[in-house]
Amino acid sequence: MSALISVRNLTRVFDVSKPWLNRVIERLPRSLLTAVSDVSFDVEDRSVYALVGESGSGKSTIGKIVVGLVSPSDGTVEVRGVDLSNSEDAAEIAAVRADIQMIFQDPFASLNPRWRVRDIIEEPVKVLGGDTSGLAERLLEQVGLSATDVGKFPHEFSGGQRQRICIARALASEPKVIVCDEPTSALDVSVQAQVLNLMSDLREQYGLTYLFISHDLTVVQHMADVIGVLYLGRLVEEAPRAALFDTPKHPYTQMLFEAAPRMDAFGRDIDVPKGEIPDAINPPPGCAFHPRCPFAVERCRVERPEMRKLGQTRVACHLAE
Amino acid sequence: MSTPVLSVRDLVVEIPTRRGVLRPVDRISWDIAAGEILGVVGESGAGKSMTGNAVIGLLDPPARITGGEILLSGQRIDDLPRDRLRTLRGNKMGMIFQDPLTSLNPLLTIGDQLTETILEHLDVSQSEAHKRAIAALEEVGIPAAKQRIGSYPFEFSGGMRQRVVIALALCAEPDLVIADEPTTALDVSVQAQIVALLKRLCRDRGVAVMLVTHDMGVIAEAADRVAVMYAGRLAEIGPVRDVLTTPRHPYTEGLMASTPLASQGRARLRQIPGSMPRLEALPDGCAFHSRCAYAQDKCRRAPGPDIASCDGHAACWFPLTQSRPLKEAEA
Amino acid sequence: MSDIETEIHASGLSSAPQSRLRRAWDSDFLYSFRRSPVAVVAALTVTLMVLAALFAPLIAPYNPFDPATLNLMNGFTPPMTENEFTGQIFLLGTDDQGRDVFSTILYGLRISLFVGFAAVCLAMAIGVTVGLLAGYLGGWTETVIMRAADVQLTFPAILVAMLIFGIAKGITPPEYRNEVAIWVLILAIGLSDWVQFARVVRGATLVEKNREYVQAARLIGRRPGAIMLRHILPNVLNPVLVIATISLALAIIAEATLSFLGVGAPPTQPSLGTLIRIGQGFLFSGEWWILLFPALTLLTLALSVNLLGDWLRDALNPRLK
Repeated sequence: MSALISVRNLTRVFDVSKPWLNRVIERLPRSLLTAVSDVSFDVEDRSVYALVGESGSGKSTIGKIVVGLVSPSDGTVEVRGVDLSNSEDAAEIAAVRADIQMIFQDPFASLNPRWRVRDIIEEPVKVLGGDTSGLAERLLEQVGLSATDVGKFPHEFSGGQRQRICIARALASEPKVIVCDEPTSALDVSVQAQVLNLMSDLREQYGLTYLFISHDLTVVQHMADVIGVLYLGRLVEEAPRAALFDTPKHPYTQMLFEAAPRMDAFGRDIDVPKGEIPDAINPPPGCAFHPRCPFAVERCRVERPEMRKLGQTRVACHLAE
Repeated sequence: MSTPVLSVRDLVVEIPTRRGVLRPVDRISWDIAAGEILGVVGESGAGKSMTGNAVIGLLDPPARITGGEILLSGQRIDDLPRDRLRTLRGNKMGMIFQDPLTSLNPLLTIGDQLTETILEHLDVSQSEAHKRAIAALEEVGIPAAKQRIGSYPFEFSGGMRQRVVIALALCAEPDLVIADEPTTALDVSVQAQIVALLKRLCRDRGVAVMLVTHDMGVIAEAADRVAVMYAGRLAEIGPVRDVLTTPRHPYTEGLMASTPLASQGRARLRQIPGSMPRLEALPDGCAFHSRCAYAQDKCRRAPGPDIASCDGHAACWFPLTQSRPLKEAEA
Repeated sequence: MSDIETEIHASGLSSAPQSRLRRAWDSDFLYSFRRSPVAVVAALTVTLMVLAALFAPLIAPYNPFDPATLNLMNGFTPPMTENEFTGQIFLLGTDDQGRDVFSTILYGLRISLFVGFAAVCLAMAIGVTVGLLAGYLGGWTETVIMRAADVQLTFPAILVAMLIFGIAKGITPPEYRNEVAIWVLILAIGLSDWVQFARVVRGATLVEKNREYVQAARLIGRRPGAIMLRHILPNVLNPVLVIATISLALAIIAEATLSFLGVGAPPTQPSLGTLIRIGQGFLFSGEWWILLFPALTLLTLALSVNLLGDWLRDALNPRLK
């Protein structure tokens, strides 16, 4: 199967230096924050690819680059063969972009509080000049709300219902890919179940592809086909779901699994992870994880590991096998 | 049996609004013994934070306690005058809030904040307070405490800040600590560290902890007993292993079943239909009956069941037991 | 409660949309209005004055600016007393030229309110536009605009207004000066007042710019102009309304000040300020009513508008809810 989305050597650096005057007076160097560093992965058509990581891992930034909200500093994103950053044909890029939509984390901030639900849902289609008659009502019914809700304002709905409205909006322009940035992190467990079920149903119905960004391993285990684990902007491991959860190969992945709270582990005293996520402005040399890694050797301090294939898994670790 | 550190008996909190009187906390009762961690779990709007605020006396008006009692080591504290309550707070009771960024004063060094609290509640000299502050920071795992005591909160990461907040809550040696979603804003690995720290400190010092959270996994790992709240009422209470593996209240059962882990290998998650009713629109009878797969006539009509009048574990007229098969209620 | 209603309530959906009027009346906003006696009284007063000014030609017993109806012998008649020469009675007395004070107040209200409203509208138009651009576009646009605002703030508003007035006087031929005076007044007060709108709108825009609903709009391809106008503007209007109301009071007083100083409304179209200036000359010779009544009117108007603005600020403050 050909890949629908192809990300190659994606890098994004943010300049977070203080203003020029401050730097001159205080004699400070420029501060560059590497949010994403040389990330490459493929997303197959009609699959769910999950990006997992903690804060500073760059997963949200990657999502925004794929969708076009942030431009990459280096590297390419190809969707259906079209290079979104470097292609000459603007019309082609626009056509492909129209096929990518996004669902955000905060259901309270993703909907304009002053707009009615109907206008919110119809907006993506209106912008493209499409026909919007009956569209909002139809989509609301699809996501489990009532068609009579079209005239209401977002504040009249609960968090879970608002997230459904966001999903309806994302579906309006009939996209092929939906980037989901922590769509259920702000929702309660029972509401999360409803929304995740809805997303699975819609995916089957419309043959969608999801780029699913999350920090919650249990959700990812339920939803994803392939999972990529990010640490400090680098892809450290990528594997199909079963392979990743059965035999995680990267020490960071192993640490994440160990640290994640489990509901069958009553009162266990876990092996607590050492240290904290380092500063992205001054990352550790070599492998970014080596200061916290129980297996680190000299080579890890010096040389940044490349991704290599081990069976079904790709892993960036000198010692993994 | 020694007196429990915290005893809440039929606590009721009401908020008068123009649409009527709301009851965000409706007849809550539980005890927490020294060295025990009680997890209070529930979804947003269930009233768990409000209960915590009521216990420590930080209710925002017009919310106020209108019924029941709160006893700290056998002494009633809900009817104390404000200044008496204020001295108790911080001294006998400590609180840990969710967001470490806003829990600390950004303009004071952490050393200042710690010594201020210590001096306020313990009768020690300035230098002794300073020593205790450094010791507190070391105990929560802040590296190079002696040098970092003069730092400001913004110079710490989220996890470190939450450790400082824990140190602040414990430095005046309280008997009770209320932790309101202490790990929700933190990364998974940091969360594990904070939970382990909290467990260790509270066991070592014999502090009673009321751990409020919506994360069942944290409850499973940290709590000794758990109380499940729904629409302001207590749905179920009991030892954590019992409640989580063999829940008796249909809501608890539905909650446990709708977590992604419980549906491993299945395409769809089990879900509870509908959502928690708003306080202005609570149904008659049991608050959960409209979403309950096992609801019967009595559930709709009889006024909401009380845990005490039921089997003492679950506020349900027909609690789930071993003999009753669990229905597969797909949505 | 029937089962269906319980179901609806249990699912958190509110009932079918009520009529807009009913919803508006029930809203927290109008509720707090109804409950605040100060707001109600202030609103009534302002409404009364606006209506009086609008219908001045119908209400005023005399037209004070029609030379044909003026009789010098009516001059200096005290309120509610019979004139010794003509036998006419005037509600609030007459001034030196025999003009009925009540009528001049009504016509003067017209000018004061018109200039006040128009000046605030001008200031709002400039300030909101400029604030949106500065907040959304950032970079050099923001720097230039905000520094210009800073510079203008160093000058007292009245001096700026007088400066503009002076320039206008210089470039207008003498025969048009009286006609143009009102418009120059509006321009002067409006231009001296835009800064506070710009600052507030810029701050609010900076906040809204990073919200997910703006990102959603960007990713479906809406142009910056459309985003600023249709998405951000409705959400930054709350503080603008509050400032506008208070600005109105200040604009009315500014106009009165300028007219009092002689650089405002001309005697052929006197505003309340002009009337006060005229009346001031006669205060110490005993004809107190020529000064007192216009002054009281101005005071009541400014106070009512101010109180309304105060209530509005509290009612629209989300934190106090």
